[in-house]
Amino acid sequence: MRYLPKSDSERRQMLEACGVASPEELFSHLPEAVRLKRPLDLPPGISEYEIVDYFRRRAAENANGYASFLGAGVYHHFRPVLVDAVVSRGEFLTSYTPYQAEISQGTLTAIFEFQTMICQLTGMDVANASMYDGSTAVPEAVSMAVRSTGRRRVLIARSVHPEYREVLRTYARHQGMPVEEFGYQPEAGTIGLEDLEGKTDDLTAAVIVQSPNFFGIVDHAKAAAEIAHRRGALLIVVFTEAVSLALLEPPADADIVAGELQSFAISPSYGGPFAGIIATREKFIRQMPGRLVGQTTDSRGNRAFCLTLSTREQHIRREKATSNICTNQALIALMATVFMTVYGKQGLRDLAEQNLAKAHYLAARLKSRFTGRFFNEFVVQTNNPDAINKALLKRKIIGGLPLARFYPELSDCLLLCATEMSKRADMDAVAEVLA
Amino acid sequence: MIAKVRPHPSQNEPLLFERSSPGKLAYQLPALDVPSVDPATTLGPANVRSEIPDFPEVSEVEAIRHFTRLSTWNYAIDHGMYPLGSCTMKYNPRINELVARIEGLAWAHPYQPEALAQGSMEVMARLEAALAEIAGMDAVTLQPAAGAHGELTGILLIRALLEKRGNPRKKILIPDSAHGTNPATAAIAGYAVENIASSAAGVLDVAALARLVDRDVAALMVTNPNTLGVFEENIMQAAEILHAKGAMLYMDGANMNALVGIARPGDFGVDVLHLNLHKTFSTPHGGGGPGAGPVAVKKPFEPFLPVPRLKRSGKKWAYDYRRKHSIGRVRAFYGNFGVLVRALAYILAHGGPGLRNATVDAVLNAVYIRKQLEPYFDLPYTSPNMHEVVFSDERQAALGVRTGDLAKRLIDYGFHPYTVSFPLIVHGALMIEPTETEGKLELDQFIAAMISIAKEVEADPQLVKNAPYGTRTSRVDEVTAARKPVLRWKPA
Amino acid sequence: MYPDNFRYTREHEWVLVEGDTGTIGITDHAQQSLGDIVYVDLPKVGVRVELGKSLGSVESVKAVSDIYAPVTGEVTEINKLLADAPEKLNQDPHGAAWLVKIHLSAPAEAQDLMSAADYQTYIGVEK
Repeated sequence: MRYLPKSDSERRQMLEACGVASPEELFSHLPEAVRLKRPLDLPPGISEYEIVDYFRRRAAENANGYASFLGAGVYHHFRPVLVDAVVSRGEFLTSYTPYQAEISQGTLTAIFEFQTMICQLTGMDVANASMYDGSTAVPEAVSMAVRSTGRRRVLIARSVHPEYREVLRTYARHQGMPVEEFGYQPEAGTIGLEDLEGKTDDLTAAVIVQSPNFFGIVDHAKAAAEIAHRRGALLIVVFTEAVSLALLEPPADADIVAGELQSFAISPSYGGPFAGIIATREKFIRQMPGRLVGQTTDSRGNRAFCLTLSTREQHIRREKATSNICTNQALIALMATVFMTVYGKQGLRDLAEQNLAKAHYLAARLKSRFTGRFFNEFVVQTNNPDAINKALLKRKIIGGLPLARFYPELSDCLLLCATEMSKRADMDAVAEVLA
Repeated sequence: MIAKVRPHPSQNEPLLFERSSPGKLAYQLPALDVPSVDPATTLGPANVRSEIPDFPEVSEVEAIRHFTRLSTWNYAIDHGMYPLGSCTMKYNPRINELVARIEGLAWAHPYQPEALAQGSMEVMARLEAALAEIAGMDAVTLQPAAGAHGELTGILLIRALLEKRGNPRKKILIPDSAHGTNPATAAIAGYAVENIASSAAGVLDVAALARLVDRDVAALMVTNPNTLGVFEENIMQAAEILHAKGAMLYMDGANMNALVGIARPGDFGVDVLHLNLHKTFSTPHGGGGPGAGPVAVKKPFEPFLPVPRLKRSGKKWAYDYRRKHSIGRVRAFYGNFGVLVRALAYILAHGGPGLRNATVDAVLNAVYIRKQLEPYFDLPYTSPNMHEVVFSDERQAALGVRTGDLAKRLIDYGFHPYTVSFPLIVHGALMIEPTETEGKLELDQFIAAMISIAKEVEADPQLVKNAPYGTRTSRVDEVTAARKPVLRWKPA
Repeated sequence: MYPDNFRYTREHEWVLVEGDTGTIGITDHAQQSLGDIVYVDLPKVGVRVELGKSLGSVESVKAVSDIYAPVTGEVTEINKLLADAPEKLNQDPHGAAWLVKIHLSAPAEAQDLMSAADYQTYIGVEK
């Protein structure tokens, strides 16, 4: 087999050196009862060509050549060609976690740059070297708030991504953290501030809002912060569309920002792998989960980088760790870093403005459900979302997400997203069908 | 800043922010085919940010050079062996990268209609079935994003089943040889952790287990083979002891590379286990992730698996969301699909017999290393080892040289260090796992390096203590990095 | 090296009793085994500490050690020096780098702890 680099004669030499007559003897110490006594019920190995063929056929069974107006937490943005050129380098792709700083300065330097850029985008003091994804970054942020405040109750807006809320519930259930939801204003689509005010009390550890929210609307993070802070709770702001950070005012009043970087050159890839981040204020540094890269010097006085504040982590603190996370998303974060580098300060802004233009062109031709201001996603009222999507599919267009599955009160609505990749002709077709 | 007078690995490549200057660019967007809109008018002026402060602006050439230069400062599997115990740093097949990028798979949106996602669903179903067969279990969830995430899912599954049976119980038993994620996970799942000491032979002490298991114990978390690379010969007895009291056996599958095709956890009493696709199944580490941590379970746990589940609907795949006993979601969407594709490609490439051959070679390589290094390094536990071997630095420590120093000196010989100071039950541990994708030449070079270092310790311990010498940086000051953390670049 | 007027615990903390005030620290032996100390986690003023229970922790780069209260009482003062200069704990563990001052609930508790002589024997014996 081409991945096993030993010839038969080399195997024989090694077996001899081990004082063993046959490979089977290597396992003779195992109890008979545990041994698998038949071959694995899997077909024999196949060639490269056959492997490629298998996956090409699977790919052909997915959508191909469709225009898509789906967003809802995963976004179609162009991936600059440089991204794969960089992450395909063996030195990045096949390297390990940078515990040995002297031979990992490439990874460490890139992560340090990543941490910096995330701070610049979010306006926070410190950012970690990525969590699994946006959805799991939320319970991690909540744990930080619980540890910092000593309180346990959590309030989360219904306009936060529904699957993110589900994940929080799964995590919170066993840690004695009651999770309660507060609603959104039926006309504007922004958070219900009165509802939030009524539910926040001295037991609240964290208030969680998303902006732009699941409906695409720019939400009132500042007002939520005021309510939370007045009661001694922390504000966690979530984002799922990272491109919005280039145009929207960063959540300056947030204590913790938890978000998803998929928009930054991470293939939608049917839902993963993605990269989540947590960014926060200086004072919460020691409560942060996940790896952190710090700047230091080597013994010759040269600048160097290393993993630091490791005592927060599982391999040292074990059951008292800030999280159980070990593997992070380093390669994915590197994709995002290259993306941010390619676009740069001006490019990210231009990209965001194009998204704004495209989405507003489309929305102007349709009937928006909410009055709130939006970035590149918006909710449209229809008479029959499923029929509309069926008609669009005939034109090779995947329409918006029908909201019935997540919001029964919005069962006649579709969530549509337009990005820089959306073509005018396709948007005109959508407008036509929805008319 | 030193000018470019040296070959690249030594060259002082600055940070992006230090290369940046206004107006440089590496991008070009197509012209808008719709009218542009004014952000302030559209979003409201209070919602529009000013420019991103100090965000870099570099050209395309500078960008590719920057990252290429950075990459040359890394060690990687493509360079040579990583003898990291319990990490299974095996070759990352390039074909995996190609198939994961096929457009229909890479561009698939998780919410696209099921009828247009049949390919992705088939891939996941096929992988679930293959992993179930390899593990000897009844059902698999592919949702967890990494090993620790899988552990959490697994423990939550155990809690859910026990709750349904009337009592979720209070504590989880964890051997003192366990990986740090195990106790961290148990705590997040709301269980107290009780340590169980290993026997003198470094394996599970079943007598101690029998004493400790009561109706407050939800589960025992084991790694098998354990972190010494030794098969837990009493695992079936342990399972019986646990099951007799209604407790469960959880297995951390980090060391599956010693078992694939040889023994199946489901056959030796395991109820729930997680697998690490970025270890056993060759998906690339990429400097620290992504991974994937599927969880395999026995039938009684099936109703509790994270939602949604794949189900067959006529000739097609569909998602079943009506799972009222499910523990819920452990992440958004379905799993690290891109990683799942790579793992499936690996399984297809090897096939059943191939996977078993890989295991045999993995064990052969580790036993070979043990035999060659035994004369030079202390071997605290002498039971037969499988895919990894653990030495201690006792002999070298007597001369003032610790495992960390030896590891740094190994770098000068062109290898990444082995796992240092773990497991905790071996003082000054050297944990070595070569994996099956190392050939005899590489192994012999590694062995020669280790022997040479052992000799250096005797002749000139200080030489070893001040290593490494040939690297881009000398030993970094981790103390100052922790005392005065600088976690981002700031303009002067 | 080990002041005669301190009392010592098996977990390598010391306490100096002066009336009903106790000053707590960790011993020189402790700071040596920890290596370079990077961070000290101390309780807030007003917190009640209990004999034998953890009151905080000391961190080196690769390890964390709990600090166990040698006596019971209420924290009245914490040593601000350690927030900016944790290395002081390596340099002067018995003097400038004390950790907390306690208002003692039961000053007699300290009598059950080891004397300087006993402690030195103890650490001579302990590997």
